[in-house]
Amino acid sequence: MRTSRVVAIVAFNVFKESVRDKVLYNLVFFAVLLIATSLLLGKLTAGQEVKIIKDLGLAAISLFGVFIAIFIGIGLVSKEVERRSIYSILAKPIRRHEFILGKYSGLVLTLLVNVAIMSIALYLVLGYMSWTEAEEFKRAWDAPAADPAMLKAIALIFVELMLVTAVALFFSTFSSPILSAVFTFGLFIAGHFNADLKHFEGVVDSRVAASVARGWYYVLPNLAAFDVKAQVVHAQPVTAGYLGFTVAYGFVYIAMVLLAAMWIFSRRDFK
Amino acid sequence: MTLAIRTTDLTKDYAVGFWRKRPYRALDQLSLDVGTGDVFGFLGPNGAGKTTTLKLLMQLTFPTRGRAEILGRPVGDVDVKRRIGYLPEHPYFYDYLTAEELLGGFAGMFGYRGAERARRVGTLLDEVGIGPERRLALRKFSKGMIQRVGLAQALINDPEVVFLDEPMSGLDPLGRREVRRLILRLRDQGRTVFFSSHILADAEALCSRVAILVGGRLRTVGSLSDITAFHVRGWELVVSGVEEPVLMRMGLMQRTTRIGEERYAIELPIDEPPDKVLSDLTVTGARLVSLNPIRDTLEDFFVRQVSGVDPPESRVKG
Repeated sequence: MRTSRVVAIVAFNVFKESVRDKVLYNLVFFAVLLIATSLLLGKLTAGQEVKIIKDLGLAAISLFGVFIAIFIGIGLVSKEVERRSIYSILAKPIRRHEFILGKYSGLVLTLLVNVAIMSIALYLVLGYMSWTEAEEFKRAWDAPAADPAMLKAIALIFVELMLVTAVALFFSTFSSPILSAVFTFGLFIAGHFNADLKHFEGVVDSRVAASVARGWYYVLPNLAAFDVKAQVVHAQPVTAGYLGFTVAYGFVYIAMVLLAAMWIFSRRDFK
Repeated sequence: MTLAIRTTDLTKDYAVGFWRKRPYRALDQLSLDVGTGDVFGFLGPNGAGKTTTLKLLMQLTFPTRGRAEILGRPVGDVDVKRRIGYLPEHPYFYDYLTAEELLGGFAGMFGYRGAERARRVGTLLDEVGIGPERRLALRKFSKGMIQRVGLAQALINDPEVVFLDEPMSGLDPLGRREVRRLILRLRDQGRTVFFSSHILADAEALCSRVAILVGGRLRTVGSLSDITAFHVRGWELVVSGVEEPVLMRMGLMQRTTRIGEERYAIELPIDEPPDKVLSDLTVTGARLVSLNPIRDTLEDFFVRQVSGVDPPESRVKG
């Protein structure tokens, strides 16, 4: 009861701070602008409009979501330590792991609202397409414009963003915002090419290098698994089993990263 | 004496240096007892270890050795945190929250809800002198206003023990006076106030007991009157009915201040007994008005304690 109360208070403060930060508005504005622009781009490619809009729209949700997750996530703890605002908070009846949990929940809530806004913008653009397009063109589409299956891709993007946020927060507990940004972005890129590490022995002769690569394959998050944009856009099935397994994998990875962040943060000296 | 704070051999080493880390002793075996209801001044020059001690008491850092207790329980205990308040040095809060929201959040952590929470926040902001600006984002606040918000958050839970790290820092003379009043009010309510400062006038005006910390080591601890009372550094003899030529003949003019018509104050060093000078003067027709010992001020005492301390480099080992 006490834990949930203090976690909720910290989370709500993060949410309020983020919502009032102009950087966030800029990011959301550009994402919505990009989604709207895709409507114009779609017009240039006869017959492929809906695919282009879906592709660009989902990519915008993912990309701008990652920007928000990284740029806010890296400062979540390190800024508090740098500015010493953490001193007053930790003197209150809150445990250090509760503080980390609150910070994380606050940013996840912020991301949820942002992803929701961007998704609504995308569905509005697609709904407009569907409403204005002639029936004979619609018949050529692989899937309806405002396809509910896109929600599967959006759900996986959101879990991926939760994972990236956890990683950014983890680095933020012991390093500066700039280093945290470099580490998190590096991990994000590496995470998307993770599958290549599994079969590294096919690329190099060295058995040691192949073993190291295999080790990294298990440590790094497999972010490519969360990317089902192409399947959704081309109306290929994304099974409930795949969805469930990927979400479960994401949650387990998030839990591990958060536990590590809490462990480090609980032992940290604030000089 | 019921103890509010107890530290036993509290020691803190920090690692310094970029490549080759060496321990730097910020605090060295601090053993200190603070009774409930005391206004305790924790004094020392910059770098003495005052903030380190407060951070150890708030468990913002962990001790290298030794232990600390607040209200009979180990520091860091959530139940202890419910009963204490803390104002850090140069406090800083969230840029985009208002003072009301910030304090509301903190009040929520102590279980205040709804109307009770709003009332508590309102009363405290009134008490520290934050008016309608309480609804502005904190990034628009001046340093002094932030300090006031900091004081309010330290008192949000009606604490039994209040820790204030340099509470007068950043305040104008009016603000300093208000803080002094606030501390005295807390004392009158029976709360324990533990505050660090390097401004001795504050300690002299407020404290029942003080500790002086120099170079990470405790130099002295006791009541203000005990500390200064035993350091009589001379005598002040006030006489009337005497003329300057007499004082000149006796070789006293260098140490004499004229305070009225045929009325003089003469300062005598501690090794010169005043009775001899007094009897010589009364022979000439002078009358004794008063004879008082000249005692050290806290500042004199402090300067004596601080002078001759090891420079900070000597606290780095290896």
